[in-house]
Amino acid sequence: MNQMQNFTKGFFKENPVFVMLLGMCPALAVTNSAVNGLGMGLATTFVLVMSNFVISLIKNLIPSKVRIPTFIVVIASFVTIVDLSMAGFLPGLHEQLGIFIPLIVVNCVVLGRAEAFASKNTLGSSIVDGLGMGLGFAMALTMLGAVREIFGNYSFFGYKFIDADGILVFILSPGAFIALGFLIALVNQITKKAKA
Amino acid sequence: MAKKESTFLNMFLTLLIVTAISSLAASAVYNLTKGPIAEVARLKQQKAIEQVMPGFTSYNEFKVMPETGKDSLIFFKAFKGEEEIGVAINSYTYVGYSGLIKIMVGFQPDGAIENVEVLVQKETPGLGTKMAEPKFKDQFVGKNLADFNNHEILVTKDGGVIDAITAATITSRAFCDAVNRAYRALEENKKENK
Amino acid sequence: MEYIIIIIGSVLVSNIVLANFLGICPFLGVSGKLTTASGMSGAVLFVMTVATIITWLIQNYILDPFGLGFLQTISFILVIASLVQVVEIILKKVSPPLYQALGVFLPLITTNCAILGVALLAIQKEYSLVEGTVYAVGNSMGFALALILFAGLREHLELMDVPKGMRGMPIALVVAGILSLAFMGFANLVSI
Repeated sequence: MNQMQNFTKGFFKENPVFVMLLGMCPALAVTNSAVNGLGMGLATTFVLVMSNFVISLIKNLIPSKVRIPTFIVVIASFVTIVDLSMAGFLPGLHEQLGIFIPLIVVNCVVLGRAEAFASKNTLGSSIVDGLGMGLGFAMALTMLGAVREIFGNYSFFGYKFIDADGILVFILSPGAFIALGFLIALVNQITKKAKA
Repeated sequence: MAKKESTFLNMFLTLLIVTAISSLAASAVYNLTKGPIAEVARLKQQKAIEQVMPGFTSYNEFKVMPETGKDSLIFFKAFKGEEEIGVAINSYTYVGYSGLIKIMVGFQPDGAIENVEVLVQKETPGLGTKMAEPKFKDQFVGKNLADFNNHEILVTKDGGVIDAITAATITSRAFCDAVNRAYRALEENKKENK
Repeated sequence: MEYIIIIIGSVLVSNIVLANFLGICPFLGVSGKLTTASGMSGAVLFVMTVATIITWLIQNYILDPFGLGFLQTISFILVIASLVQVVEIILKKVSPPLYQALGVFLPLITTNCAILGVALLAIQKEYSLVEGTVYAVGNSMGFALALILFAGLREHLELMDVPKGMRGMPIALVVAGILSLAFMGFANLVSI
């Protein structure tokens, strides 16, 4: 496939959250607002692009049997970098995302792309794949966050459009599951119609 | 895919080298961000003291071990010029719905509460998080714990004067626990310094 | 007594899957059949408990004393990855049929955010070694409970008449949401 297809596949056709059902933990946990979803999505994109880059670079130097632990360590170092940078420069977001920043290291999207793509493709393709998948992930999280925030807090990206308490369940745990379930159904319908 | 042979030595070396480089990279970024991170924490603390003890020009900081609890409380004796205008205490509780809650309580020289500010909490959004809203925490403003039984402030369910947050009694109780811990330490400290 | 509160808290009040969103991938992926669900739960119990103990020791005797806190993510995940390797090797020798049944899910325990999550939370909550261990055991029991309940529900779902657009993952998620709602009923039981 060409690089354009490589880049865009992460948005709908192979969207990590809606289609491949990966990276659910952060998708459910930090999407209580649109900005949190977006922040997490971008942080994950950074880790994804950087780890895809490094892993694609060193793929021929790694013995096959240790490749998973090696990938994980590479990913862990970028996660640490993101974690520290956010603590120093984006403290508000860092506090909101909390424990889910270090948990990027076990985000199945990141390890999944390293194993399925970066370890088998060229440097350029891997970076594009990382970018596409990462931004697709970010898009999914922002969408879920926006839905939950609109119904749960009557606000959008922090801008409150109805001055009242929203439907609380949407920003609590059950709301995350239910909102994601309906979003997946919706996306499935849209992609089915697009194919037809 | 990988052109390197999976011998034990190769595997061990690869993992060792990758881990070493990762640790070095992490260490480098840590040193770069150490400053900003400390600054963020300092600013947050400064802002919290300002909100519970407005108008101070300087403060003395020292630690006090409370009667109950694993950690020490941090006292900030606030001064306006030469005059002591009160004490801001960084207090905590472990019995929040999601565990640790840290607050800053400002006490005037006579022991009345000037203001309370929430520093750290992980309570349920929309429920426990309401403790940071004026509707709940302003109930503490102006109260002097010396006026209550056992010198402690409680929610109405426990016979006290604080209206708990609807459906967030645990959080409300925890908040009171933190305030009480601060006041007890303040009393102890006053007694010791007499 | 403290320990019983930790267990009740982690199984019911603050269930690792339904309230804390950790361990979702296996929760949705493995809960199809009751047998794989129980096998996975057992493996998680072992890895989660041992990992929490080892990472606690590393944090308190190596990382903190030497100011190496920033190496937490790297060291913790290495411990977990190695542990899973060890479990795989042991399981292959001791019980080949279980090893076969779990298949690809076994290495996936490494990416089970519940394991790393619980290890990190035990440090964050400043538990002692014993409290942390009890916390890990409690959380793996909570994980098992959520998994098994959900497996039962999904087996029922297969027989239901679900609208076409919602079949599969969407309805599973909605059901998980309702299960999560039910567990919120335990809210004021204890506080951990």
